[in-house]
Amino acid sequence: MDLSTEETSTRKKARASQTSEAVIVRFAGDSGDGMQLTGSLFTQDSALVGNDISTLPDFPAEIRAPQGTLAGVSGFQLNFSSRDIKTPGDAPDALVAMNPAALKVNVGDLVPGGLLIINSDAFGANSLKKAGYEHDPREDLTLSSYKVVSVPIGTMTLRAAHPTGLGQKDAARCKNMFALGLMLWVYDRTPDTTLRMIAEKFRRKPQIAEANKLALLAGYNYADTTEIVPSQVRVRKAALPKGKYRMITGDEATALGFIAAAKLANRPLVYGSYPITPASEILHELAKHKDFNVITFQAEDEISAIGAAIGAAFGGALGLTGTSGPGFALKSEALGLAVMTELPIVVINVQRGGPSTGLPTKTEQADLFQAVLGRNGECPVCVVAPATPSECFTMAIEAFRIATKHMVPVVYLSDAYLANGAEPWLIPNVDDLPRIQINFHTDPATFQPYRRDPRTLARPWAIPGVPGMEHRVGGLEKQDVTGEVCYDGQNHDTMVRLRAEKVARIADDIPPLRVSGDPEGGDLLVVGWGSTYGAIDQAVANVRRRGGNVSATHLRYLNPFPANLGEILGRFERILVPEINLGQLRTLLRAQFLVDAVGYNVMRCQPFSIREMEKKIKELL
Amino acid sequence: MAVSKETTRAETVQPFKYAKEDFSSGQVVRWCPGCGDYSILAQMQKALPNLCAKLKIPRENVVFISGIGCSSRFPYYMKTYGFHGIHGRAPTFATGLKIARPELQVWVMTGDGDGLSIGGNHLLHALRRNVDIKIVLFNNRIYGLTKGQYSPTSEFGKKTKSSPVGTVERPVHPVSIALAAEATFVARAIDRDTKHLQEILERAGEHKGSAFVEVFQNCNIFNDGAFDSFAELAVRKDKTLVLEHGKPLVFGKDRDKGIRFRGIKPEVVSLGKGGASEADLIVHNEKEELPTLAYMLAQMGEPDYPVPIGVFRAVERPTYDSLLHEQVKEARARPGAGDLQALLDAGDVWTVE
Repeated sequence: MDLSTEETSTRKKARASQTSEAVIVRFAGDSGDGMQLTGSLFTQDSALVGNDISTLPDFPAEIRAPQGTLAGVSGFQLNFSSRDIKTPGDAPDALVAMNPAALKVNVGDLVPGGLLIINSDAFGANSLKKAGYEHDPREDLTLSSYKVVSVPIGTMTLRAAHPTGLGQKDAARCKNMFALGLMLWVYDRTPDTTLRMIAEKFRRKPQIAEANKLALLAGYNYADTTEIVPSQVRVRKAALPKGKYRMITGDEATALGFIAAAKLANRPLVYGSYPITPASEILHELAKHKDFNVITFQAEDEISAIGAAIGAAFGGALGLTGTSGPGFALKSEALGLAVMTELPIVVINVQRGGPSTGLPTKTEQADLFQAVLGRNGECPVCVVAPATPSECFTMAIEAFRIATKHMVPVVYLSDAYLANGAEPWLIPNVDDLPRIQINFHTDPATFQPYRRDPRTLARPWAIPGVPGMEHRVGGLEKQDVTGEVCYDGQNHDTMVRLRAEKVARIADDIPPLRVSGDPEGGDLLVVGWGSTYGAIDQAVANVRRRGGNVSATHLRYLNPFPANLGEILGRFERILVPEINLGQLRTLLRAQFLVDAVGYNVMRCQPFSIREMEKKIKELL
Repeated sequence: MAVSKETTRAETVQPFKYAKEDFSSGQVVRWCPGCGDYSILAQMQKALPNLCAKLKIPRENVVFISGIGCSSRFPYYMKTYGFHGIHGRAPTFATGLKIARPELQVWVMTGDGDGLSIGGNHLLHALRRNVDIKIVLFNNRIYGLTKGQYSPTSEFGKKTKSSPVGTVERPVHPVSIALAAEATFVARAIDRDTKHLQEILERAGEHKGSAFVEVFQNCNIFNDGAFDSFAELAVRKDKTLVLEHGKPLVFGKDRDKGIRFRGIKPEVVSLGKGGASEADLIVHNEKEELPTLAYMLAQMGEPDYPVPIGVFRAVERPTYDSLLHEQVKEARARPGAGDLQALLDAGDVWTVE
């Protein structure tokens, strides 16, 4: 739970008066039980009533894992709040468990005294056995510290859906909506928004839509009639900055950001991609928006996907490819070619647990080395990483701004947590977005393929179709300026240094790093990158409130680092680098700045918890 | 777009008249003296002036793309835009370029290792998609640039540095692969049969859609004479079969042999007195949609049959890039198309006052 002790006590008092500042709920069931949809609908409703939200979907890699087993449990956690929140929260205040396996996997996380809604129909001997329960946990002391509400969700759903004439199997599938109805009542919502969204989602299947609606209403009314909790809990509107909002996941924001980049650059976007979890949503989203001159190419493999992006960039389009860790590994050689030919492509890597196939649906940050270092030869690229789902939008635009201005490939590191997590997004005004200035070289008189801009060291972007500038580029070493193939040792030394210097100079073109806390320095600085932002920021704020001398800074640019990073690191006694890997950023910082940075490294397929982060910070103070 | 303006200018001032020299980059050609690649380069430089004039393409709209290997040095010697990629991946760069810039004429120069071993998958998919790119595969049945290992087209039992007692793997037939992928244009030529080679390159260049040309190319250093048994002038007319659309399969320097069916197999027959008549022979139809007969021809070769050269298949199908751009065009013609603010504002939006 992401609340300080003081806040918790306020909250407990508040709960008696039926309001709460923040609530964390988790829906858990079999991977076929529709928990992701249930969670999304509840999230949408929470957003529309004005709460701040943050979500954590957590599902198995298998589409339908063996039914009723622990491995097949799918969960969706939502933190909704009347104040600014940055994470889906540590421990749920309420848990819906659709079967014994879901109970077993999740109940340990539930806060003591938390609300536990159980689908009692799913607790037969067989299901208990599959979940590894020797006794029915409802009948011993296992659940004694929770407020248990046992509801025959399965039977009630069948009864509710009966008038639609839907077969038993299909009708039973509506039980997630019954559970959602219960929760909507508990949190003092109306079912209206959700009913509308059900109608929209199943608009081509009216019978199914009707059954789902009936199940939702049945759940809602059941909760109301039986008063399943003594008092409903209300979470007031959050005081978010003024403006228009929508809910957005990282993958959606990434796709919209790249569409915007193409529009702002007034160039077509060519997206080459091979389906891979958890990056496929980006392909799906981009494929819908051909009207923005977005061309999606579902390639035969990862290499072809980046090859197409490179070919498109050679032709003057914005070349983009997207993947996850294993696919990124396959793209390495081609990424080196983009470095050598100095073409502006962007490579998205939505990181997941590795190595190898690893854990396709789980989050991790272990591809930083791969992004910064993972190629043959001295092969520098620019690396950026958004910190929140919303930031995925702005960093996408930033990635192409850098790529096209500096004529360099940019790696954009997202991760499974950002990709699937949702939050309210303050929709930007298009007129306020930065334009991306593209200048093709069209004057043959001054053209040399590798004559560089003296400031950025970028080579000219000269594309086919322009007479008089026919030239060849490729993966062989280039002669400085002319770009002819050249095997001379001294020239190679010059070119290696030029390519490195070109990337290093991007540091002059990115915003300086900011410190939250004490910019002048202090005892401890927590340095993070990527999706760990929320947990770090919240934990540091909590410790500071209790007088701890700790500050935080978060890197969105991993190569090159912001120009003032070294200076900032020097102002603090100790440096803590929390990462969901074994210490990749820490190693880079130690190597570049000779700082004795300490790591906090956990790889449990989950985002950091605020509580554990606070504990680590306190250890070092 | 800045570039189309340039193209328009080019179209108005240029009559698309070029000479062979206009396509020579002037770079020192570094293939081994006597290599078959020189002939392919020369025939391409002769074919392009004709193609540019016929199709009204300015030189700056021609792009050569390659992977790795001896064949893949080709773009450096052409005075066109060129891209020398990485091993096996040329079709992927070409596809990306063609979908970004459909007005360009894009050629892929590849070899038996580049195109059929490390890059086999890309070749297959470029062909089945019918991307409008022209792929020329130099088949010398050996790895030259790495100094003489067997390739996927090397004959069974071939002794090379990496197979000192002979290979134990069967070769792949490039034309068969292209037909299996249902490429819309499939042809074969021989490096030293220069006039025919030029003709085939021009036909490939004119084709709308994926064109695949296998060129038997002699590597005089590591696999010299690989094709002599049928490609040498002295025996060529007797050992090769020149495919011509709508004509019976006749060959031989005296045009006295032909191919007819015996059951489901082709059979070589003598024509004339005591033999078969032309009416008995298979008539070549390159426009046949069903690739079955073309595949049968692709499987013919030594020692029982003459080696077919020429166009195996030339059918019309919409190209990948044109279909893709039709979808884009349609989407862009819709009311409200490309309205970024509307896209960002879409869905369930709420306002915080």
